[in-house]
Amino acid sequence: MEIKVLGPGCAKCGEAEKIMKAAVEEAGVAATIEKVSDFQQIAKFGVFSTPAVVIDGQIKCVGKVPSKAEALGWLAG
Amino acid sequence: MQPDTPENTHSAPPLANPTKIRYLLTGLAGLGLWFAIYRQLAPFSRFFTYQLLGINPESHLGEAIEFFVYDTPKVLMLLVLVVYAVGVLRSFFTPERTRKILAGRRESTGNVLAALLGIVTPFCSCSAVPLFIGFVTAGVPLGVTFSFLISAPMINEIALVLLYGLLGWKVATLYLGTGLLIAIVAGWTIGRLKMEHHIEDWVREMHANASDVPDQRLTWTERFGLGKTAVREIVGKVWIYVVLGIAVGAGIHGYVPEGFMASIMGKGAWWSVPAAVLVGIPMYSNAAGIVPVVEALLGKGAALGTVLAFMMAVIALSLPETVILRKVLKPRLIAVFLGVVGTGIMLVGYLFNIII
Repeated sequence: MEIKVLGPGCAKCGEAEKIMKAAVEEAGVAATIEKVSDFQQIAKFGVFSTPAVVIDGQIKCVGKVPSKAEALGWLAG
Repeated sequence: MQPDTPENTHSAPPLANPTKIRYLLTGLAGLGLWFAIYRQLAPFSRFFTYQLLGINPESHLGEAIEFFVYDTPKVLMLLVLVVYAVGVLRSFFTPERTRKILAGRRESTGNVLAALLGIVTPFCSCSAVPLFIGFVTAGVPLGVTFSFLISAPMINEIALVLLYGLLGWKVATLYLGTGLLIAIVAGWTIGRLKMEHHIEDWVREMHANASDVPDQRLTWTERFGLGKTAVREIVGKVWIYVVLGIAVGAGIHGYVPEGFMASIMGKGAWWSVPAAVLVGIPMYSNAAGIVPVVEALLGKGAALGTVLAFMMAVIALSLPETVILRKVLKPRLIAVFLGVVGTGIMLVGYLFNIII
């Protein structure tokens, strides 16, 4: 599984990344987590409110820090 | 706010009736309690300072303590109420929805709408650049995009609450009205200047690829939850600045002589408005810290226009934001942005100094 956390690097984006890491660990799935902070890259996803989470090319959430329960849901689905 | 009519039940599933009534009752009871406590604050601060502590009512110390004991809980209570309400209100708006509303709008109406939406659309200041790209590539005119980007930080619910709590509704309304006006006119002006080619090339070459993010459907329970989260996040972060700001304000209130600021920031000093704006631009502070200081300055003879101009420059224009915007804007457009907004703030400053 390929997880991307999009965000220029403010406190909220860092929090989103932390939650995804914790969720991956808890779910015990094999996944890579990458932080994307380049504006051009972020824009290519069509995302313009950050933080956003993309899993295997699919946008899961934009403009907010996901809750851990939400994150676990995406990993299970 | 959207009423809970049958028409929009498809977007927010109706609550079961008993739950709805429970929410309503809890809300009313909470509000009643809030007002009951709020009204006791002034008598309590006098009782606390002069009876409990036994300080001489004529003394500087007494004045400073009464100010602090009254204003701290008052401002914090106002803050909790407004941040909660705004948090719930913002759950009805997303940057995606705002973009849809603004895309393809003509200027003028577009500028007005953008400035209004700037107040209610939730967005974190570090999203300014992605948002700019998202708006421009979706066909939102440049000037309309700027109206949004100016109004979003300039009209800040925390500043509004503090101004209302410390200086009254007139000053709060003036701030809201002129803030909107600056966002509308400055955005419109930037649009007139036809500066589209001063956007960085890679942004212009980018095609709008609308992401298929499903519209979130929220229940009322979730919306109230968002209000609570907003209170926890915002009030949890700014309360310390509010208390420090009020403490500084209390010090100035009690000890700095009346009329002290009149010579530097008074109406007579014409140069004080541009100076206030120039000093304010590189300063970056949140509204919570700056307003109590503003109040104290006013109390000591600084002119309202000068002080408002200073405050607006501090919260609306900031060096870090400008540096980030450089990634998508060429220097000329950044200079125009700072110039137009700075001039607008200055005009507002002079206007108030003349009429009040």
